[in-house]
Amino acid sequence: MNEIRRETRHEIRLRVNGVTHELRVPARRLLSDALRHDLGLTGTHVGCEHGVCGACTILLDGEPARACLMLAVTATAHEITTVEGLAGPDGEPNAVQRAFAECHGLQCGFCTPGFLTTVTAGLRRDPRPTHEGARDMIAGNLCRCTGYQNIVRAVERAAELESSR
Amino acid sequence: MKPPPFDYVRPDRLADAVAALAAPESKVLAGGQSLVPLLSMRLASPSLVVDINGLPGLDVITVAAGGVQVGALARHTAVLESPEVARVQPLVPMALEHVAHATIRNRGTTVGSLVHADAAAEMPVVLSLLGGSVEVAGPAGRRTIAAPELFVGPLESSVAPDEIALSAFFPALPPGAGVAFDEIARRHGDYALAGAAALVEGERIRVGYLSVSDVPTVVDLTGVPPGDRGDAALDRLDPAGDIHATAAYRRTLVRVLTDRVVAAAIANAQGGTP
Repeated sequence: MNEIRRETRHEIRLRVNGVTHELRVPARRLLSDALRHDLGLTGTHVGCEHGVCGACTILLDGEPARACLMLAVTATAHEITTVEGLAGPDGEPNAVQRAFAECHGLQCGFCTPGFLTTVTAGLRRDPRPTHEGARDMIAGNLCRCTGYQNIVRAVERAAELESSR
Repeated sequence: MKPPPFDYVRPDRLADAVAALAAPESKVLAGGQSLVPLLSMRLASPSLVVDINGLPGLDVITVAAGGVQVGALARHTAVLESPEVARVQPLVPMALEHVAHATIRNRGTTVGSLVHADAAAEMPVVLSLLGGSVEVAGPAGRRTIAAPELFVGPLESSVAPDEIALSAFFPALPPGAGVAFDEIARRHGDYALAGAAALVEGERIRVGYLSVSDVPTVVDLTGVPPGDRGDAALDRLDPAGDIHATAAYRRTLVRVLTDRVVAAAIANAQGGTP
């Protein structure tokens, strides 16, 4: 306990929601903490911090990834999208965000950023999911409030909103 | 929790990566989907993490008539979605569908999952059943480790601390043979309580098991009467009880899964879809 180890800090660039940030972080800084603590992007929530709950899911080059399962120093070559980056440039919520609001797909909201990122990417891969496909899409995200029914409805509603654009 | 402090290098040449691993308590980082949680839970505390994501050419998936070679940086998703892989060795995507969730598969690597050597993981069983191998590079050069020599114990592979796994080789499905995979988990994407993969070639029937022994275990069930296969397999397995399932329940699952995967593999061999 007496020995305080001096940690090397690495100068890295993170590209988040279209903006390049320069920061100095120790190698052990999780991407989730770099986003929240270093960049102040607290929309990415940290639940279990070992990859199980899905609350910290961000998009890495457009595909979902757990921010708590990546070291920030390994995220430099990627385009990162957090929940803050899902809305349009005018702040207009995207179809998934609108559908979650419409269908009451959230209660306390803690898990919601992870669902929104996961579903936004999921609908790009599968724009017209079946009911089973909609459930599958969110299988890696935990919600303790809703019982999932309205979240599944929100996935299906988001697909409708996207296809009617 | 947060990972303990460690030094970090990201070499862009294999020789530099191998040299870096000479440091005591060094650890290779590829996809990080097993290593990073181990760091965060402080079950692992390496002094040096060697990030191999900067090494060139390791994300390649090579498909030939003889089998599928998967590079160390190929993500599960890339392997799972390759129609060429599915054509040459369908058991690989059949099992990969069960590896964690899509979000984890986007980052996790198939080779990393093999050398992590978790007896509850899917891909070590697939490699064992198919008689595949892993190629590693170390200070003394390259060597190929066959599956039976690769898995030593729970979370223990025979890859030395100063070696890097470069690729894994899954042999092709022989003409007329059939394969199947199934597992039972509390929730899809969770670690399986028990799982099984079957390979049927003519009269020959072999089944590999996960989560019911310390290392992936392949049992030859050739010639065993259909009703006795599960019990014959259990002679070679050692299911343990834990908070997720009792040993007795896991034994039941072995019987159920054995019958399921053998039937599905026979159907697969006859041209039916598994």
